[in-house]
Amino acid sequence: MAREIDPTFLELPMRRLAHTALERARDFGVSHADFRLERNRMQYVSLHDGALEGAQDLEDLGFAVRVVLDGAWGFASGVALTDDEAVRVAETAVRVAQVAGAMTRRPVVLAPEPVHDDVTWVSAYDVNPLEVPLADKVALLSGWSHDVLRAGIDHVSAALQQVQENKFYADLAGTMTTQQRIRLEPALEAHASDARTGRSDSMAILAPPVAKGWEYLSDGSYDFDGERAALPDLLREKLAAPGVEPGRYDLVIDANNLMLTIHESIGHATELDRALGYEASYAGTSFATLDQLGTLQYGSPPMHVTGDRTDTHGLSTIGYDDEGVQTQAWDIVRDGVLRGYQLDRDMAATYGAELNGGRSNGCSFADSPGHIPVQRMANVSLQPDPSGPDLAGLVAGVERGLHVVGHKSWSIDMQRYNFQFTGQRFYEIRDGELRGQVRDVAYQATTTDFWRSMEVVGGPSTYVLGGVMNCGKAQPGQVGAVSHGAPAALFRDVRILNTTEEGSA
Amino acid sequence: MHPATPDPQQLVEHALATSTSDDCVVLVSDSTSANLRWANNTLTTNGVMRGTDVTVVSFRGAGNASVSGSAASLAQVTALVEAADRAAADATAAEDRADLVAGQVSDDWDDLPGETSIAVFDDFARQLGEAFGQAEAADRLLYGFVFHEVSTTYLGSSTGLRLRHEQPTGHYGVTGKDGALTTSAWVGGATRDFADVDATALADELARRLGWAARRVDLPAGRYDTVLPPSAVSDLMVDAYWHSLARHAADGRGPFARPGGGVRFGEQVVRPGVHLLSDPAQAPLQCAPFVATAGSSAGSSVYDNGLPVSRTSWLDDGRLAALIQTRRTAAETGVPVTPEVDNLVLRVDGGAGSDLDLVGDLDDGLLLTCLWYIREVDEQSMLLTGLTRDGVYRVEGGEITGAVNNFRFNESPLDLLRRFSHAGETVPSLSREWGEDYFSRTATPALRVPDFNMSSVSQAL
Repeated sequence: MAREIDPTFLELPMRRLAHTALERARDFGVSHADFRLERNRMQYVSLHDGALEGAQDLEDLGFAVRVVLDGAWGFASGVALTDDEAVRVAETAVRVAQVAGAMTRRPVVLAPEPVHDDVTWVSAYDVNPLEVPLADKVALLSGWSHDVLRAGIDHVSAALQQVQENKFYADLAGTMTTQQRIRLEPALEAHASDARTGRSDSMAILAPPVAKGWEYLSDGSYDFDGERAALPDLLREKLAAPGVEPGRYDLVIDANNLMLTIHESIGHATELDRALGYEASYAGTSFATLDQLGTLQYGSPPMHVTGDRTDTHGLSTIGYDDEGVQTQAWDIVRDGVLRGYQLDRDMAATYGAELNGGRSNGCSFADSPGHIPVQRMANVSLQPDPSGPDLAGLVAGVERGLHVVGHKSWSIDMQRYNFQFTGQRFYEIRDGELRGQVRDVAYQATTTDFWRSMEVVGGPSTYVLGGVMNCGKAQPGQVGAVSHGAPAALFRDVRILNTTEEGSA
Repeated sequence: MHPATPDPQQLVEHALATSTSDDCVVLVSDSTSANLRWANNTLTTNGVMRGTDVTVVSFRGAGNASVSGSAASLAQVTALVEAADRAAADATAAEDRADLVAGQVSDDWDDLPGETSIAVFDDFARQLGEAFGQAEAADRLLYGFVFHEVSTTYLGSSTGLRLRHEQPTGHYGVTGKDGALTTSAWVGGATRDFADVDATALADELARRLGWAARRVDLPAGRYDTVLPPSAVSDLMVDAYWHSLARHAADGRGPFARPGGGVRFGEQVVRPGVHLLSDPAQAPLQCAPFVATAGSSAGSSVYDNGLPVSRTSWLDDGRLAALIQTRRTAAETGVPVTPEVDNLVLRVDGGAGSDLDLVGDLDDGLLLTCLWYIREVDEQSMLLTGLTRDGVYRVEGGEITGAVNNFRFNESPLDLLRRFSHAGETVPSLSREWGEDYFSRTATPALRVPDFNMSSVSQAL
């Protein structure tokens, strides 16, 4: 495995700038100062009907200084990698902390963390996709597109997003970390119309984004060929399928759909900053308030959800967070009861004694050098039942229901109660057997009702590590990538809407 | 500017001089921004950011390559140009290739970039500190965010373009809650300079709205006669705008595709009297009068960089007049090119008054504050789902009589533009959902919709 930090990152003068900035901050009597230099590289390639539509390489390079002065935060960032700029940015951060002091009514205190002196961490991948020639990527996606077009599909869009993220962090306490992460997301979506009905619709492959390299597209760990080959007929079947009759159904939900429901209704709901109201004016709060820790019956007894930043190919896996905290794994829901939250050092110091022994669990991140670290989501995953059934076993337990495959549209309220999701395709289940597709399906529920209705958790054969690359949070807005492992699972008596009927007045 | 840093114009000229490709377009964006964020009557985060982003698009033969990066030195720009030239040499033919735009030079090309600093909030911060004390004394909690940015774009090309645009962007949004967290209210808007934003007035308005919620009424899902204030209308119109790509319609996707092929240009798609338009000169929503794009996509083309952008009517008297086009898709669909514009205005003939004026005529219904978590459910009908947020008010006999639970809605913005019964005057507005991160320059009227589809109850407070 290529497990070394990119030497072109190591050539940057980060250690000198960190020393300069931190010493300047120390002059002002700060109780904490950290310096973070990041270089994030991204490439986005898109194709329309097999022809190159756009290819963009983006690099974000800069650094930030964050201080705590008289109990108030101050943050500033810059892009010129010079000693003068390091001093200016440190002084600006101090000035911002002085302005902030007048409006800060609860002093900032940071939870203790052991010093991690000059440590290095690199994610698990073989081939850095940003080092693969663009022509190879266009050839691969074009080939995929033409396979689908040749099968008689009207139009096809394809895309590949790839990220190389390098972070250097140093603080006055003596922690110094240098890290590198690689991730990518392939996408392929077919579009077709049915001349007879006038309907048009689309279907995308289910391949999740992962923290792997270019090898993900060819090493056989995911069946891209099989999925692509099946896509045209699946889309034609969807276009010809009958609309669902609205009502209440039992649902067997595949991992590739359930992972987004986990993201929205558990991942965000157990971010402690949301539960405390820090996001009340933007992303929202959480129904899962801190006073319910250890008592809230989040879901049914077989529900076991973990927060994890150590899962090998997880998108939010890393060695240390942007506050120098070593990453961990912990329970969020155990036996259906709320057991934990996602923390940063400020919240851990204030609220964490009963959560993680007063230590942060390493969830503070910024998406770029110009943004301030905030509490961001760990890989929040639903654990499979080690002796749980396979998909057929789950379906066998349903008399009248739907099998939900792939995620598409999603929406949830600001306290994470009411949600509505659609999917890539839905199959009718009758008397324990899968039938054909039905269309225009959305499922709608309240978070705790839904998770309490989870009767059977699927076994390891149904487990997939899915994820999203575009999780939004904070002001100014930041984007995060996060994985969610999930088995398939059986939910009883869930409300199903027909989206065509919803849209007709 | 920092003395060690070259001017943006120098970065542009250096890139153009360094490129060895057939042609080259360079975009330099210099920005400074400042923000304050608070929750529970105390400041939580803040910051001052500065950045210089450089995009080099190299054109060689039928292909091109776009490379962007933070760059503050000539050496960094050289590296970007070399990367773009290398990639362009290997590039596959671009489907949107066209002659580059030539010629124009902005009068203010030589001007330095605009700037902002944390001082833009001096008055606001002082008022906010006082508002925290008053809120605490009255057992209310304040949450919010203010942001101000000045971003200056310099676009230069080997075909002689030298275009400059200075864009101030600012917005504020404040949420108020009672101490028991049972009611919530919001006020927000956009501004170019914060001279017109008064934290005391915002806190007073929140106190008034929380007062409306003194009586709580639970209502079930259903269809309600509903007044959507300008912010909520902005939420829905921004979504409609983003889903107005000519490429997609030509491919048979979405509500503007003609069944059997073609685009529904000229067809009546919403009620007569409705006008949806963009205009870079529209005060106070002024935005870039030329195309500046780092990458080609379904709705943009790097070959169109520098193309003038002018007043564009998307819906004209209810008829589909234009969709977001590149020169490539315009040629395909046989209409003039209409690039995306960074502002949006909805106007209704005869629209008059505010949301509260519309409430005065409403005998039995609801007044919303804003919408949230809006996502497309069905592309063909443009059906959207989302939530009401921070204040749904019961209206009886033209008066606000209490606050109602939140709802999830399922509605298509086009359908709403067919079904509304009353419209207000068009005023500057801020989309709660999209305004802060993506699209803050909108002007919309309040709309009254006699049968707004509240699909289910949300327990969120």
